[in-house]
Amino acid sequence: MHNKSLSELSASLHSGEFSSVELTQHYLDRINAHNSNLNAFITVCDDRALEQAKMADQQLQQKNAGILTGIPLAHKDIFCTQGVLTSCASKMLSNFISPYNATVVEKINAAGMVTLGKTNMDEFAMGSSNETSFYGAVKNPWDTKRVPGGSSGGSAAAIAARLAPIATGTDTGGSIRQPASLCNLTGLKPTYGRISRYGMIAFASSLDQAGPMANSAEDAAILLNVMSGFDERDSTSVERDVPDYTADLNSSLAGLRIGLPKEYFDEGLDPEVATTIEAAIKVYESLGATIKEITLPNTHLAVPTYYVVAPAECSSNLSRMDGVRFGHRCENPKDLQDLYQRSRGEGFGDEVKRRILIGAYALSAGYYDAYYLKAQQCRRLISNDFTQAFADVDVIMGPTSPTTASNLGDNIDDPVATYLADIYTISANLAGLPGMSIPAGFVNGLPVGLQIIGNHFDEARLLNVAHRYQQATDWHTQIPAAFK
Amino acid sequence: MSLDKTDVEKIAHLARLAINENDIPGYVRDLSNIFNLVEHLSDADTSDIMPMAHPLDAHQRLRPDVVTETNQRELFQSIAPETADGLYLVPQVIE
Repeated sequence: MHNKSLSELSASLHSGEFSSVELTQHYLDRINAHNSNLNAFITVCDDRALEQAKMADQQLQQKNAGILTGIPLAHKDIFCTQGVLTSCASKMLSNFISPYNATVVEKINAAGMVTLGKTNMDEFAMGSSNETSFYGAVKNPWDTKRVPGGSSGGSAAAIAARLAPIATGTDTGGSIRQPASLCNLTGLKPTYGRISRYGMIAFASSLDQAGPMANSAEDAAILLNVMSGFDERDSTSVERDVPDYTADLNSSLAGLRIGLPKEYFDEGLDPEVATTIEAAIKVYESLGATIKEITLPNTHLAVPTYYVVAPAECSSNLSRMDGVRFGHRCENPKDLQDLYQRSRGEGFGDEVKRRILIGAYALSAGYYDAYYLKAQQCRRLISNDFTQAFADVDVIMGPTSPTTASNLGDNIDDPVATYLADIYTISANLAGLPGMSIPAGFVNGLPVGLQIIGNHFDEARLLNVAHRYQQATDWHTQIPAAFK
Repeated sequence: MSLDKTDVEKIAHLARLAINENDIPGYVRDLSNIFNLVEHLSDADTSDIMPMAHPLDAHQRLRPDVVTETNQRELFQSIAPETADGLYLVPQVIE
């Protein structure tokens, strides 16, 4: 059951080959067998999932079911889920039973899907190795001594180990694409504003975007159809029709113009990863695409820009965690200041504290122009690079991550080195562009992801470009040996 | 750029964040390294470049001024650390 695509699962549920309860129980059993090793889930919703599955089975019997009815999924623990612990992998929210649903959760519930549980992540999505979680690191199913990537590392590990057929993730600087790359998955970060951020715990509001993490572009397209759309409860949600993202999956790639930014193949890129990416580009040539070298001259500004904009917005967003209305509160506060300071000091982990401090400094009196304003100007320079590039090419390709998955514990002591590894993914967030990572091969048994960046609202094209590659290759069907 | 202990203590106060005395040297080192990375921005020529606040340069949407939320005080206070008579309790602020 756990090696089927969403379309195959849906066909089996509709034909009665197995029920949603049976399918859900199968995944719960797999979670039960493997989660203690991988630590992919913070919360498993056993009883609730089986209840949802029963309701889905009724709809299926009444022939009142959609393509996703009865199919299980996992939510990153950043999405507020009514009545369920929504911790954002932080001690601060380790007692937060959400009183409401995120729009994404509501839409997915309305589609009849079954929530298996909430997946582990970097604390408040700040990290790219899943090691900043209050609930402990997640292991990569391809090598359990290595990181799965982050921040959506739990969702990535869960899908890669076939503990869930599909999952939600969020991406502020690469948090869907990078773990997808390191775990051999298909992950899509849509255009900023495509999916509602309502009920998605905010990290950096001008960068955060939710998206699907899946085993194939086809599966990702099916879930994106449900997740997308305007929401009046999110003031930055875009009022724009949602196309059927599955409609163009099979379109020909003849004449597709692919741009390869020379800055993405520079020093810093592991030579074997580079060779793997070059081989993937050759496949696209054989599918009729034309290749052009392009330049994104302000790429070197992306990481410094991001590490002003994201911490500044995070320090502002996380000021709501004050120990008064919800979340962790310190014992015996002597006055209100003490309550704020100790609740926050105890509730947040090291990386979150670091980012709050950077942000508070960058926004403080006398420094705002030098840091935040300057970073916003550099952000436009980066965005302008893409506008120019897309005048000549349809999509941009390159590696998702400069290396394959690193060993657990390798980067904990050097934040700057960790930040620099986000070099290829951060620009798409700064420019608000959609980006994908798809499996493109292996180096020493570890997955390598090909990144595809598109113009604003070009998700359908990205999915088409990814799907045609997946028709021509079988990297995305590889499963880690211990989880077959 | 390098920060010192006083800078870190000042920022931590602005952020209402209690940090352990023992951790301060680590923050001094890490934050200084991060700001050294950020310093690269000053090399970029941004004269006449409009700051970019929103990736699609969209403007804030307005909605009709009508009540859309219902009162759910009991539900929201059910997860609060301390409440009484519908109020959130904190240590006394005014004598």
